[in-house]
Amino acid sequence: MTETDFRAGYVQELTRIAPDIEAEDIEDTDHIQDDLELDSMDILNLVTALHARFGVDIPEADYPQIATVELAVAYLSKRAA
Amino acid sequence: MGVFVMPSLGSDMESGTLVEWTIKPGDTVKRGDVVAVVETQKGAIEIEIFEDGTVSELTAELGRELPVGAPLAVILKPGEVPPAPPSPPKAQVSESSPASARGLDPVPVASDTAPPLSPPRATHPDASAVSPAARVRARERGLDLGTLSGSGPGGAILLRDVDAAEKAAAIPTSNPLRTGSPIAEMRKAIAAAMTRAKQTIPHFYLSETIDVQPAINFLAERNADRLPAERVLLGALFVQATARSAAKVKSVNGRYADGAFQPSSTVNVGVVVALRGGGLVAPALMDVRSLDLDQTMAGMRDLVSRARAGRLRSSEMTEGTITLSSLGETGAEAMTGVIFPPQVALVGIGAPHIRPWVVGGAVVPRSVVTLTISADHRVSDGRQVARFITEFETLMQDPENL
Repeated sequence: MTETDFRAGYVQELTRIAPDIEAEDIEDTDHIQDDLELDSMDILNLVTALHARFGVDIPEADYPQIATVELAVAYLSKRAA
Repeated sequence: MGVFVMPSLGSDMESGTLVEWTIKPGDTVKRGDVVAVVETQKGAIEIEIFEDGTVSELTAELGRELPVGAPLAVILKPGEVPPAPPSPPKAQVSESSPASARGLDPVPVASDTAPPLSPPRATHPDASAVSPAARVRARERGLDLGTLSGSGPGGAILLRDVDAAEKAAAIPTSNPLRTGSPIAEMRKAIAAAMTRAKQTIPHFYLSETIDVQPAINFLAERNADRLPAERVLLGALFVQATARSAAKVKSVNGRYADGAFQPSSTVNVGVVVALRGGGLVAPALMDVRSLDLDQTMAGMRDLVSRARAGRLRSSEMTEGTITLSSLGETGAEAMTGVIFPPQVALVGIGAPHIRPWVVGGAVVPRSVVTLTISADHRVSDGRQVARFITEFETLMQDPENL
């Protein structure tokens, strides 16, 4: 699995949970709470979807590490390895 | 025999547009079954039926905006037979009967296929049953009179039918029905409900800041060894605490209708869900007292995802007995909310903030939330609401019991 795969998967799950957000509008450094306005339920759904998709169980303490596309790609690459 | 009508899905709903039938003539239905989808200002709502029976006839046409109370379908009680003999096939009617018979025909829905997804295009048989104004307007707008159905005497096509057809044709199918944007319509619905609440409900408010550190610690520990799908959020504890407190303080749980308070024996907690595009809905989680914490969380996840997808059910929109509005994990520390009529109380909870707090005689940093109850003075007084707050606070100190 490459960084491109993690990026594509993350963005796809994110836009599935928040269908009003367009994939091309998401910047690498957009914060999912502060910029994209996901609430705690959305974030839990995102973490659930990432677990199902990549097999990476993200504990609550690590949620800040998936808060942007950039952070999430690095985190998922490391954890899935 | 019962006539199933367009239900009111909120105190200020005047009309809705039928966009889908999930039943067809001959189907057996049970109380609570979803039978249709109606587009409202608050999005598409799945409509549940209130009686058992057999579908005899679908009388309302898809795509039509219909007032609350308009007949949608005829439902036969178990054992009943249809009142009228079956009508002759449509084609025969078109050839042989005058237009005056048209208005009485049943809606042509084949009993062995799923209902059509777009409005049926009935062919108008008699070109003379068209008002002159309608004929002129149709010509101006390039509409084929043969594709219109008439609402005038004997099925005559009137000006309003041409206008309605033009309107229906102009609006894209993905967003059928309403003239304004969905967000503008949602704002109108919120404005109507909240204006009515502020004008008719004598609100009063009680607040208390409560320590939620025990709840946060409890959840952190509980969630640590659970997979994401099994984790529980603080909001689920708030829903449970609201339901248990409301079950004890009955004057905040129910509805005010026909000049009197009607307490409810179950607690259906309306959960305010903010929609990212703007606006909000408050579908009810039913009978929360019968749910454990995991079931409460699962129910909330389901409600939120269906609220976002626009697939809430009519009972969820109408049977709430108290509302919970929680600002989530970030944001302002307190909120004084507006009661959602015809309910009589709303529980507003700000986002948790870390504050210096006195625990066991020492000042320590703790996560606290400010709980504000908006209550209806026609029904309750400060004393009852203070009891509700005490109950709520006590429950939150022992979250493992929720």
